[in-house]
Amino acid sequence: MSQGPVLELRGIDKSFGPVQVLHDVAFSVYPGEVTALVGDNGAGKSTLVKCIGGIHPIDAGEYFFEGEKVQVNGPRDAAALGVEIVYQDLALCDNLDIVQNMFLGRERTSGLVLDEAMMEEMAAKTLAGLSVRTVKSLRQQVSSLSGGQRQTVAIAKAVLWNSKVVILDEPTAALGVAQTAQVLELVRRLADNGLAVVLISHNMNDVFAVSDRIAALYLGRMAAQVRTSDVTHSQVVELITSGRSGELGLRNGNGAAS
Amino acid sequence: MTTTSVQAGPGEQAPESRRRLGDLIGAVGAQNLILVLAIVLVVVVFGVINPGYLAWANIRVIADAVTIAGLLAVVQTVVIICGALDISVGSATGVASVVSAMAFTATQNALASMGLAIVVGLVLGLVNGVIIVYGRVNPVIATLATLAAYRGFAQLLSNGAAMGFVLGDDLWIFISRGSLLGLPTLMWILAAVALAIHLLLKYTDIGRNIYAIGGNDTAARLAGININKYLIAVYALAGVVSAIAGIILTARTGFGHPTSGSSGLELKAITAAALGGCALAGGKGGVGGTLLAMVLLGALENGLTLNNISTFWQNVAQGALLVIAVVIQQRRSGERAVGLPT
Ligand SMILES: Nc1ncnc2c1ncn2[C@@H]1O[C@H](COP(=O)(O)OP(=O)(O)O)[C@@H](O)[C@H]1O
Ligand SMILES: [Mg+2]
Repeated sequence: MSQGPVLELRGIDKSFGPVQVLHDVAFSVYPGEVTALVGDNGAGKSTLVKCIGGIHPIDAGEYFFEGEKVQVNGPRDAAALGVEIVYQDLALCDNLDIVQNMFLGRERTSGLVLDEAMMEEMAAKTLAGLSVRTVKSLRQQVSSLSGGQRQTVAIAKAVLWNSKVVILDEPTAALGVAQTAQVLELVRRLADNGLAVVLISHNMNDVFAVSDRIAALYLGRMAAQVRTSDVTHSQVVELITSGRSGELGLRNGNGAAS
Repeated sequence: MTTTSVQAGPGEQAPESRRRLGDLIGAVGAQNLILVLAIVLVVVVFGVINPGYLAWANIRVIADAVTIAGLLAVVQTVVIICGALDISVGSATGVASVVSAMAFTATQNALASMGLAIVVGLVLGLVNGVIIVYGRVNPVIATLATLAAYRGFAQLLSNGAAMGFVLGDDLWIFISRGSLLGLPTLMWILAAVALAIHLLLKYTDIGRNIYAIGGNDTAARLAGININKYLIAVYALAGVVSAIAGIILTARTGFGHPTSGSSGLELKAITAAALGGCALAGGKGGVGGTLLAMVLLGALENGLTLNNISTFWQNVAQGALLVIAVVIQQRRSGERAVGLPT
């Protein structure tokens, strides 16, 4: 895979008040690949993702998209680039149905009026394209769905927009074995369709099952970004827990990444 | 609404006939059905007890009462769907009543005086919205404060007395007792406002976003919806509709008054919205249910008055109804009875 990264961050700093959560983070995401973003609780994974999505403004650093330097000042900017995020808490409205959630904030209208038929058709097409068979009716309220179905809807919402980068924040954390397998299969399919996918997960088996690259955050610093085929389980675990593993990782706890 | 099945798996399909029945009840709304039955019950009971109840003149009395409170209930529905509350609507109505009458006395220009009242209502609504969004004041506290402040403002303007007399003017008379195609003007105004808000809620992206904000404001924010703008606009709308109610109140009584006819309307409006199916937590409800509940409240109140039940008891009954409506809502949402309700 000789293609360059579709999304690249360099030198990202982010603080909440006096607490610096991200230090000089570099991160690259490639089309057609699943990049696993790993790290301990509180390492800053969700914060990094929210910076990418324009939810949190970054304090310093550069954001490149398809080689161009860009400014992302809000969720709409990220969406306009083709970056979609499935947040950890899913961000679905329980009182709305599947179609309404998939188009949340970006409803299609004809004239002044909502174009329900078109939205339903596009939603159906997207779900069919993902080979989703678990949803009975698109007009079902999201509150009536299972955890795996909710995750599926959230992912379908992200790919509805011809997006180029899809980021999933711990999509399998609350799921059972069967549903996890379904979601991982879906994640792999997205990458095989040419999307750049970022998967945040704590589960090493999941990470090694679907990812092409692994990026490990340690206390807000990028410890290493490596090809999955070049590392072992235990090396990744070491990167997560101590920020380094042999030649890989941070020098003396606060140096630059190798 | 159509239901497209996305390759439903085997063994997942409900029996077709039962699903049809469910769909039908779903379309009308079980809650609305219950309200209609309750209205029929009230009308039959009072109609039997007191034949005057169903006389055209009395129905007009009910309709008048329903119109003014109904306007506030409809706009309260929008506020509640956002997950907020506006208890200052009755006071804003009083301000608009006083302002419209005073401005008319000063200018003898009906249209201009009504326009001014609406602008004042808009400002009162904006003030509510700004206090809540930028002052970070809980909506109940904020509008409780402005309930008192706006009422005081109306009393200051009018010195606490009835202001002006407007029924020497054709436009005011038309609003007060005119009719179009056999229906009183008042009903047309309520119908127009209710229809506009219904269409806004059900058929536009603005309405969809209002439901989203009430359903999950985090999700709405992450979806890029400008929640602050929506909340302030909704409170502004509440101010404008309160002003329309105030103008109608002035037209009906002939005078502008800071409290008579307007104080207490907030309770009616909120009760109607809650009875009509609005969840106070937000995200649920609609204009249709609220209007049905308003008709029920109006029919009930009028029947009790006709039968000489003291207004003291009516107040008790209205408070009880609000509590019952909310308890039913909360039971339905399946919230566990632990600590303070959400
Ligand atoms: N909005 C916020 N305000 C203040 N601190 C925050 C905020 N969001 C995250 N943090 C802090 O940043 C750190 C990283 O959090 P997070 O990105 O959620 O970690 P992860 O997703 O890797 O578990 C934590 O210490 C957390 O408390
Ligand atoms: Mg997280």
